[in-house]
Amino acid sequence: MEQFFAALTLSAGYNTALVCVGAALLGAASGAIGVFVLLRKRTLVSDAVSHATLPGVALAFIIAQVYFGSGRSLPVLLVGAAVSAGIGVLAVDWIKTHTRLTEDAAIGTVLSTFFAVGMVLLTIIQSMSIAGQAGLEGFLLGATSGMLKSEAMTIAVAAGLVGLAVVLRMKEFSLLCFDEGFAAASGYNVRWLDRTLLLLLLGIVVIGLKTVGLVLIIALAIIPPVAARFWTDRVPVLVAIAAGIGALGSYIGAALSASAPNMPTGGLIVLVLFSFFVVSLLISPVRGILAAALKHYRFQRIVHLRQGLLAIAHDEPVLEPLTRSILRRGGFMGGDGQPTVKGQSEARLIERDQKLWNLYREMHPEESHALADWSLKPIGEVLPADTVKTLEQELTPHVVRDGLPGAGGAN
Amino acid sequence: MHDRSSSGLHLLHDTSAAHAVMPEDLPFTVQGMTVAYHHKPVLWGVSYSAPKGCLTAIIGPNGAGKSTFLKAALGLIPKLSGETKVFGEPIEKALKRIAYVPQRSAVDWDFPATAIDVVLMGLYGQIGWFRWPSRKHRQKALDCLKSVGMQDFANRQIGQLSGGQQQRVFLARALAQDAEVYLMDEPFAGVDAATEKAIVAVLRQLVADGKTVLVVHHDLETVRDYYSHILLLNGQHVADGPVETTFTPENLQRAYGGRLASTQLDGLSEAAGS
Repeated sequence: MEQFFAALTLSAGYNTALVCVGAALLGAASGAIGVFVLLRKRTLVSDAVSHATLPGVALAFIIAQVYFGSGRSLPVLLVGAAVSAGIGVLAVDWIKTHTRLTEDAAIGTVLSTFFAVGMVLLTIIQSMSIAGQAGLEGFLLGATSGMLKSEAMTIAVAAGLVGLAVVLRMKEFSLLCFDEGFAAASGYNVRWLDRTLLLLLLGIVVIGLKTVGLVLIIALAIIPPVAARFWTDRVPVLVAIAAGIGALGSYIGAALSASAPNMPTGGLIVLVLFSFFVVSLLISPVRGILAAALKHYRFQRIVHLRQGLLAIAHDEPVLEPLTRSILRRGGFMGGDGQPTVKGQSEARLIERDQKLWNLYREMHPEESHALADWSLKPIGEVLPADTVKTLEQELTPHVVRDGLPGAGGAN
Repeated sequence: MHDRSSSGLHLLHDTSAAHAVMPEDLPFTVQGMTVAYHHKPVLWGVSYSAPKGCLTAIIGPNGAGKSTFLKAALGLIPKLSGETKVFGEPIEKALKRIAYVPQRSAVDWDFPATAIDVVLMGLYGQIGWFRWPSRKHRQKALDCLKSVGMQDFANRQIGQLSGGQQQRVFLARALAQDAEVYLMDEPFAGVDAATEKAIVAVLRQLVADGKTVLVVHHDLETVRDYYSHILLLNGQHVADGPVETTFTPENLQRAYGGRLASTQLDGLSEAAGS
């Protein structure tokens, strides 16, 4: 515990501090790029990318071992990872465009095949009985304990660069994710933007391999934006929150890992991120489930209040206990069950509003059914002013028309 | 090659009927366009030139390739043959002079954006890479929302808008682009009457400002009221020209075949007489 707080406050030694800061930057960058992977609905592709790094890492290890005498050179391993992940992405792309298979089928095939090749190569490496191969397992589940200063620095700088690139391209990525067709028709090279997005993701996967491991690196890109989505409806805010959650979660996870060197860093980071997700899911005021429950409670009250007032307007008895208690609490009904003056006047207003809503439903059934607020809020708060005006004009002549025989029937 | 030559004839025929026109005066010209999905042709050697400064409806039965026509002409989907010229230039070089309004159902409206965010997307081309919308751009976006009657909804999350309101936002985004040619894919699909009116008013204003507007349209009954020209498709080019001379029962019969009941045809031709 003491060690954890020491790591958390960056006082557990220069190396640990560096690892924690590096992890935080990695988390921020992956959270930011993850927003667009999520909005582009390509989270599965990112899974293929990460799994496709394994054969590259193993092959690079073997090659480095044969030619340089030592396989444990991080830059060489990362180049191998990037190359094989790149081939994996191109394979998915090729299958998708040249066959009738869907993207998820292509991903499933590529992901498992690349991973299988990687596992076979790892077994071969183990049978080669070379010193230093133990470090390779760290690429599966992540390990920061043996990390060198230079490695931590590389990760921090690369993560910073990817994060910067995402922020600078935020506009174009938003456009790509929201409306690909419009982006293309406006002159943007959609294919190239997509490639840039994947390339940045690939960058994150590769630099995060060592810290988080290839099985879990993609969680670093997916969980922060998913958690952040509970809090906001704006892209720039979403990017900021996702980067924040990614940074904080990775930082805490890395600190935990520093205090418990036997635990896999990747697993710890993902568990911390998951706790952010659960908290967001529960308590977010925008899209959280507690807020949704509260909203439902309010919704039920609004419906009861409105139906109660309509009953008053139509001189019908209000029988349901919940409706009666809501009316009484609002001062619309006296203790004797009779409507108050306030209740009467409010009932008239609601009645007119309801007439407009009913007319709207009659005239535009499709539209009104798609509308979430139909007859829940005053119509003027929901529909544009010109629509309401048309409805009001339509409502008034109805009275006149009914009074004039032969001036056309209803509707 | 064979479909190219036959469509070339089409074009020759079409332009020879008109007086001599310079290519840089033709706002939107498609030559010999053939598009296929999985080896099944959807459009076959279509050639067409949009009349400048006119409001044209693209009509035809379901599956006639109306939306495909716009998408392929813009280069959004691959085509087997054909090319699009905008004021005499290849379309890839003239996309800035074009505004495209996709079908509302083409996007996920749960996207984290407000109405004004979406309209600002129409200005991204002017804002440029690595820069952010300024106050001037926001004001312009607001003005565009105003011209479709949506200024009060600028900061509303787009998922909370009704279908008609979403369509108006799409239209506002196209207005923000300040284009010369507007291509719209079913802007009237599933919208309320007030929205339909608002859209028609905007289309008329665009034409009054000298813009060329092409609209994929479904409702035959309103064609006569809204448009001055039509392009009739049924996988091939059936007819195009002014509504008075082209929107005839004979042409409609050729495009729709048996799918249009004779009573419907009678109704439409009666409207022609009145």
